[in-house]
Amino acid sequence: MDPAVIDLSRLQFALTALYHFLFVPLTLGLSFMLVIMESIYVMTKRPIWRTVTRFWGVLFGINFAIGVATGITMEFQFGMNWSYYSHYVGDIFGAPLAIEGLMAFFLEATFVGLMFFGWEKLSRVGHLAVTFLTALGTNLSALWILVANGWMQNPMGATFNPDTMRMEVSSFRDVLFNPVAQAKFVHTVSAGYVIAAVFVLGISALYLLRGKYVAVAKRSMTVAAAFGLASSLSVVVLGDESGYALTDNQKMKLAALEAMWNTEPAPAGLTAFGIPDLKTRTTHNEIKIPYVLGLIATRSVDKPVEGIFQLVAKAQTRIESGVVAYGALETLKANPKDMAARATFETHRRDLGYALLLKRYVADPRQASPDLIKKTAWDVVPPVPVMFWSFRVMAGVGFLMIALFATAFLLVTLRKHDTKWFLVLAVAALPLPWLSAELGWVLAEMGRQPWAVDGVLPTFLGASSLSVPQLLISITAFTLLYGSLAVVEIGLIVRTINKGPFAKHDPVPGGSLPEPEPAVA
Amino acid sequence: MELPLDYATLRVIWWALVGVLLIGFALTDGFDMGVGALLPFVAKTDEERRMVINTVGATWEGNQVWFILGGGAIFAAWPFVYAVSFSGFYLAMFVVLAAMIMRPVSFKYRSKRPNPRWRSFWDWGLFVGGFVPVLCYGVALGNVLQGAPFRLDGDLRAFYDGAFIALFSPFALLCGLLSVAMLVLHGAAWITIKAEEGPVTERARLFGEIAALASIVLFAAGGFWVAFGGMGFRIDGLADAAGPSNPLRGVAAVRAPGAWLDNYGRHAWMLTAPVLGFAGAALALAGLRFNKAWAAFTGSSASAAGIVGTVGLSMFPFILPSSIDPRSSLTVWNASSSHMTLFIMLVVTVVFLPLILAYTAFVYRVLWGRSTTGALATNPDLY
Repeated sequence: MDPAVIDLSRLQFALTALYHFLFVPLTLGLSFMLVIMESIYVMTKRPIWRTVTRFWGVLFGINFAIGVATGITMEFQFGMNWSYYSHYVGDIFGAPLAIEGLMAFFLEATFVGLMFFGWEKLSRVGHLAVTFLTALGTNLSALWILVANGWMQNPMGATFNPDTMRMEVSSFRDVLFNPVAQAKFVHTVSAGYVIAAVFVLGISALYLLRGKYVAVAKRSMTVAAAFGLASSLSVVVLGDESGYALTDNQKMKLAALEAMWNTEPAPAGLTAFGIPDLKTRTTHNEIKIPYVLGLIATRSVDKPVEGIFQLVAKAQTRIESGVVAYGALETLKANPKDMAARATFETHRRDLGYALLLKRYVADPRQASPDLIKKTAWDVVPPVPVMFWSFRVMAGVGFLMIALFATAFLLVTLRKHDTKWFLVLAVAALPLPWLSAELGWVLAEMGRQPWAVDGVLPTFLGASSLSVPQLLISITAFTLLYGSLAVVEIGLIVRTINKGPFAKHDPVPGGSLPEPEPAVA
Repeated sequence: MELPLDYATLRVIWWALVGVLLIGFALTDGFDMGVGALLPFVAKTDEERRMVINTVGATWEGNQVWFILGGGAIFAAWPFVYAVSFSGFYLAMFVVLAAMIMRPVSFKYRSKRPNPRWRSFWDWGLFVGGFVPVLCYGVALGNVLQGAPFRLDGDLRAFYDGAFIALFSPFALLCGLLSVAMLVLHGAAWITIKAEEGPVTERARLFGEIAALASIVLFAAGGFWVAFGGMGFRIDGLADAAGPSNPLRGVAAVRAPGAWLDNYGRHAWMLTAPVLGFAGAALALAGLRFNKAWAAFTGSSASAAGIVGTVGLSMFPFILPSSIDPRSSLTVWNASSSHMTLFIMLVVTVVFLPLILAYTAFVYRVLWGRSTTGALATNPDLY
């Protein structure tokens, strides 16, 4: 296949997925913050909390629309651009996507309309229930898509079926309770909660700096401080690392993001800083913190953490074993009843994917020379500098967020909402958690390379047999469309913020009504 | 693990279930899209347009999930079909996505600024988001009926022949127009139910009547074309209904002009689908003419269900035949997920689909009532 098709397919997926994830985490977190705000309204019955809820609800709506719009692409893109992937693992991967539709999308999409349009048609508690169901739906959708993604990282509960030339489910329970998926879910939704908390905190701080809508801003800030502190602790403590000891690829991901070329004997130290050098396969100017990595990766002080060289050596033996599996599979393709070939295949089947790595260089992996196998084994290393720096920025922002929300929590507890230096910081912090979340996906997905599904299917085999012009058309059009939508989206959010919480729904307490918009001709 | 339903039965159930989802999509999101396609023509002033938009404003989002779920269910139950069709129709699929991306944002953004040019832009966004996907679905189904130009290699990787423009053959275009007529009718019927009676519903009735007539004529023309235009495929022998999902293993399919009518000879009950297609459109026409909104909507629903059903039943057991290599054709017997996945997904569907229908009905009930221009002035929540 044309390598340009593969690169462009990856580029398009990265662009559309990263773009989609600019909006999703805000939806995940803001939906639950609306539940909290509205709960306070229901309990206290004070109209100001209704104003608070509805104001953030308007911003939620603008963001939700574009999240939904860009999500449509995601549901269909696997089939469009990753056709062989879809065939090869659809038996497993399709199920969580369909369940996501049944269990989550219908719930959120059906109730979100009622949430916006049902204020006058439902009781207070009834409306709160609707808001809650919307929030539940959005968060359940995160669960199912992360079960799907978790399976790509750690493909449990499935085996290759030589009769259908694809992976098939052997245990649905294993797919569902995959520890990587569970860890990813908690980590990802927590990141969403942090993003929403920073969003609410930053905009409230802006109002307080301007001295506008103080009553709404103070209350919003209090909710954001508490919600943000809990979520930022959760996102860091319940990080993704819990799954990093599970598979060779997950270990490789850890080694790559640490730029750890050789096995780190127990207790493994964490590299706080360094400059990874791909040519010499070393890291210069390392500064290490003892014990920490061992604690994170193995939850112990007596287990070593494997390095890149050692994992590459392991990959080499797996490729050799995979070639045997591939040979047996070719025999089975010609004669499905060959019992000897079937037995050989059974013994080596878990390494089949490693043989497929050779297909980048030779059409038939059985023809690969030992030198080629040796060279291909290095393909299992993801881009080390990208991993190294992404991780440090992501985790660094995570710690900053804890500091930010700990301070916010302290200040709101002391009723010092108007501490100016903090308000300035809170506004400045607005873009940081988005950067962190996007880098988190870079780590997860780049770190899985060269695999689409760890140890099962290399990414370059997963792409559809499309042509370069087809991809150039779609990438260009997506970029233009998404780019324009981003401009409109940000414009509307800024406009809504400037108009403030009393623009549409409620009269300003003790003041005159805001100027109405001029009527339309 | 011994599963309580055998593989062949599950395959037929999942064939039917995907049909149900697609019909669910046509019946629910179908009227939203029809309303979108009609918007610039039935509503002239901003007030009228807002009123029309608010006939679907609170519920289109849930309806759209039928489309998303359709995609997900095809992925889960018919991974081959998902893989081959969406990549084979790549640019057409892209056009559908781009149009469908315009819809959510158009609904949401339109009301955010009073500027007439701003509003008019998003009105056309809603038009594109309704008209273009509906046209493309019809064109796609036309191509499926004729067979798509793909073949599978020994590793079951799909390759395609044929350009984007080749998708728009005269027959496929006819199917596209039928799809537009069918859902414009459905949207018009919805407007007569949900919008305040007046000039808007008058215009909707007029467009609806034209669409109903067009549906009948185009459906009949399509039927003749399918019967006498050389279309059709047949499995050359007795397929193993419980065999492995591997198109290259089982009994090969061959071209067989006229074979899309075979099923009606064997199972006369299947004729209900085309009959429903015609009778529904006729009922809708009468309902619009004599100002019986509910009769019109019932008719347009029946017609849409009948027309979609006709396509599925005519082709059974084929799902996606290949025009250049009939051996590679995807059928109910060779393109499904594993036995286990089909079973688990059935259990999940049986649990959740009734729940979905129940809460959707609840939401429609809470929001029931006509969308009026009067409400626009007093309810600030409306689009």
